[in-house]
Amino acid sequence: MLKVTGLSSGYQGAQVLHEISFSVEAGEIVCLLGRNGAGKSTCLKTIMGLIRASSGRVECNGVEVSRLPANEVPRHGIGYIPQGRRLFSELTVAENLEIGLMVNRKDHAFREQVLEMFPRLRERLNQRADTLSGGEQQMLATGRALCINPSVLLLDEPTEGLQPSMIEQIRQAVTAMRDRGVAILLVEQRVDAVLSIADRVVFLENGRSHQPIKATALRDNPDLLHRFVGV
Amino acid sequence: MTDLQKSWVLHLGIIALLFVLQFILPAYHHGSLARVMVLTCYAMGYNILFGYTGLLSLGHALFFAAGMYGLSLSIAHLDWNAGPALLAGLAAGFAMALVIGMLLLRTAGVAFMIVTLMFAQAGYLTVLYFGEWTRGDEGFVIQQDLRRIAGYDLSDPTNRYFAALLLMAACIIITLRVVQTGFGRVLVAIRENEERTRMLGYDIQRHKLAAILLSGTMSAAAGAAYGLLFGYAGATFASVQYSIFPLLWVLLGGAGTVLGPFIGTLFMFYLIDLSSELTTAYMLIAGLVLVALTLFAPQGLVGELRRRTMRWLP
Repeated sequence: MLKVTGLSSGYQGAQVLHEISFSVEAGEIVCLLGRNGAGKSTCLKTIMGLIRASSGRVECNGVEVSRLPANEVPRHGIGYIPQGRRLFSELTVAENLEIGLMVNRKDHAFREQVLEMFPRLRERLNQRADTLSGGEQQMLATGRALCINPSVLLLDEPTEGLQPSMIEQIRQAVTAMRDRGVAILLVEQRVDAVLSIADRVVFLENGRSHQPIKATALRDNPDLLHRFVGV
Repeated sequence: MTDLQKSWVLHLGIIALLFVLQFILPAYHHGSLARVMVLTCYAMGYNILFGYTGLLSLGHALFFAAGMYGLSLSIAHLDWNAGPALLAGLAAGFAMALVIGMLLLRTAGVAFMIVTLMFAQAGYLTVLYFGEWTRGDEGFVIQQDLRRIAGYDLSDPTNRYFAALLLMAACIIITLRVVQTGFGRVLVAIRENEERTRMLGYDIQRHKLAAILLSGTMSAAAGAAYGLLFGYAGATFASVQYSIFPLLWVLLGGAGTVLGPFIGTLFMFYLIDLSSELTTAYMLIAGLVLVALTLFAPQGLVGELRRRTMRWLP
């Protein structure tokens, strides 16, 4: 589904990612875990084409997307929910969703599927995005990304700054997406959240990736967690 | 009534009100309002680019003048009738927006502002340089008998008012439709955050170019209509002053609102008109009022109205 091979990238001459490799299969949640500055968010941005890869490949459903302009990557089925939600604050909930729907020309019937997943959004359709609570904003950001009907979804710290009840709702939504066959690449700082939801974990250390580990194995091996994320 | 219905009722109601005013207004205000309506179209064109897309142009007089000179030179030197000349004005504005737009897309932020200013200055100097045809600063008058379309004499105050109203109604409806469509929402999304819009899968450059084309053509339509209805074309309309005016009108009325350009143009026109009756230092009065408005209604008159009560205003 999503295959990253030997991917390197960085910012203005400073290399951040060093030939990282991993894959995410359909109906699987893979979590990128690492300390601050390890390159997790950079990795997601490079996959999306927002940062140009200096070498390596990103394939989605067998199509190489790493040489495409950033605006064409979502059209190949990759949805991205950046850190901090990043909604269009002056647009309403309905308009934010519509912008997502228009990308791959999905109709309002498809929006209904998204609203079924997040019923709270239905009550807020005509409300401006900047008037929503943090949890509702995360739901909207997730809903908007789902509106492009992605086969791969990249989530950058979706539970950051949310209250526990909202975190649980987001967790349920993410697992529901996995159950529908979406391949999910998750960046998350909260180790407990990762262990409860992920199928596999890829550690990033100073921009280098390690062999993926099954989340179940990680639960029994706290030394690894201590080494890579300091907990 | 839904928000969509409310906004249509409001905007069509204002068009109807302006239609009725034609029969009530004294001659002076009748003429002034016709002028305001044409200039409003210029401001509405500007608003598409600045208010909705977030691109601050300091050189929109280039498009206004392209429309004005496209029309007036066709009439004066090619002996075209007013109808085809009007189309020539629109085509000149569209072509100018296409060429300048392609170059402008290579810039962003402050560079965008400076490049638009430079292009407009180049346009202004071109008008002066080819003074043999354009008559430069002095400008030239379009004779009354040449200002007829389909038998209607557009120098007649009644016909002129209706023509100005027709143009403004078209601009209001086009703007309203644009902001209600997906295209309009993407423009607002670009204004809020380009990168965020790109990562959703939108081609930013293509949308920006479309906004420049729409904005430039609408401004050119206003310039052509101004020349046709008021019978004059001059280099002043290509000067930097006429690039700043629409920015002021839009800021005063409310950037990113459909009616803001009209209210801003109307307000500014009468502010200068009335204050100049009181004193020769009328710009001082106008300046003070503008400062007060900026302090107390930073989102413009219609923008404040939307923020405080009518949140459904497009």
